[in-house]
Amino acid sequence: MSKITAWDKVQLARELDRPKALDYINSLFEEFIELHGDRCFGDDKSIVGGIATLEGKPVTVIGEQKGKNVKENMERNFGMPEPEGYRKALRLMKQAEKFKRPIITFIDTPGAYPGMGAEERGQGEAIARNLMEMSRIKVPIICIVIGEGSSGGALAIGVGDRVVMLENAVYSILSPEGFASILYKDSSKAKEAAENMKLTANDLKKLGIIDKIIKEPENGAQNDFETVINDIKKYLVQNIKKLEELTEKKLIEQRYEKFRNM
Amino acid sequence: MIIDKVKKLNGEEAVRTKNESASDRMIGKWVKCDNCKEIIYKEDFHKNLSVCPNCGKHFRLSARRRIKQIADEGTFKEIGGDILTKDPLHFEGYLKKVEMLKEKTKIEEAVKCGTCEIEGQKAVLGVMDGNFLMGSMGSAVGERITLAIETAIKKKLPLIMFCVSGGARMQEGIVSLMQMAKTSSAIAKLNEEGLLYISVFTDPTTGGVTASFASLGDIILAEPKALIGFAGPRVIEQTIKQKLPDGFQRSEFLLEHGFIDKIVERKDMKETLAKLIRLHIKKLR
Repeated sequence: MSKITAWDKVQLARELDRPKALDYINSLFEEFIELHGDRCFGDDKSIVGGIATLEGKPVTVIGEQKGKNVKENMERNFGMPEPEGYRKALRLMKQAEKFKRPIITFIDTPGAYPGMGAEERGQGEAIARNLMEMSRIKVPIICIVIGEGSSGGALAIGVGDRVVMLENAVYSILSPEGFASILYKDSSKAKEAAENMKLTANDLKKLGIIDKIIKEPENGAQNDFETVINDIKKYLVQNIKKLEELTEKKLIEQRYEKFRNM
Repeated sequence: MIIDKVKKLNGEEAVRTKNESASDRMIGKWVKCDNCKEIIYKEDFHKNLSVCPNCGKHFRLSARRRIKQIADEGTFKEIGGDILTKDPLHFEGYLKKVEMLKEKTKIEEAVKCGTCEIEGQKAVLGVMDGNFLMGSMGSAVGERITLAIETAIKKKLPLIMFCVSGGARMQEGIVSLMQMAKTSSAIAKLNEEGLLYISVFTDPTTGGVTASFASLGDIILAEPKALIGFAGPRVIEQTIKQKLPDGFQRSEFLLEHGFIDKIVERKDMKETLAKLIRLHIKKLR
């Protein structure tokens, strides 16, 4: 197999038939009850969340949901959340804290939606609040980048005790197109940008931004989804167990130090 | 045309550096307001806190001038001034650009933090500087701000942050993004200690700074007509394919939508901050 470039990975991470958050949720957990709404304004379909069981243990799950075709993508706003999505996510995380359920998040977004309504309803405030609150939630949080992790829109559900990436997922400050248009004044230089951004799982592991890479079969997770699911499940079970052995104080301290050192 | 007149008045070449941009045209001893086109004697302009005496436009301030306006004379002691730019992506030309900027702006990074007194009351003050890569937040900015927050926690002092920023710094990639989590986590810690945090939005504050510590103040102030948002206006216009209405994402708009507490003119800023700090000291007794 020839070497896969960073740009190849960007393409793989964006593939329409790549598994999306709900595919992971429905395969990893025995039960899943979806919960809706932010209790302020609405229900953002680009973020899904609810309660599930992981080998019989109740957990709270949250994911950025893209579609697999145009119709689904229209419904999910291409996985670009508005403030309501982030506020729903926070509501569910606070609920998890109350009932002492670990939290698992699935990151897959081109970024927070840059629209008028999103700005009017405080996109910046919603993301900021999640970052602040997630850093102090007293239950284990594991975040998995499954596809595209772009900008503050990804980080807003990404402050966890463990941050994990699938082998072909990407995680970056902005999409390569956005990056190229800002730094090279030319969005068509996205390919060149991708090679320089250090956005692959390998790069991010080396930089100390992520804790673990989950291997994928050739050409992406969809080609042997069962193996990928088993690997993720094993990782989740092991790490939730380890994290639950810590006192709440220690858990929060470690999470603080993790991001403090970046 | 007016500029030519001013040139004649001064009898010297027009000096216009990139930092000043179109909003702050310095022509010898004179300044032209890009809002009302009034020509102002530079000394009067600075005496008026870099606010146009004619139309009230608040021009962008360097960190140095801002600190002078807010901190009692001689009380500012810098924290983290030795923390300098890093280049985690080994991004071509980045460090060279930073060196050039340092030379030109005489500042080392896009934020200056320190302890100071405001009307005799001790506080930690952080001031961003838009002249340095648009006040963008990379690892040095994030680290300096986090250190400032941790100093406030250690010394039990109120924290005041003046924000101006284009967002997370692209040249440092994902490391810049992580500064959002780092600074916001530090604010969470400050909150648990029951300490006051006042955030002040100034023109312009966008992106990753709006989406982290800037939006997390117990009290959030803004200067008049400052541009404040997550996505920049150009990105929104490209997305929705229409022009944004006048005043969209300005301080007054945010006040109306419930995202800031108060708009404060520059001439009243120090007094307002001092008053707020005093009110919180009384509460502690």
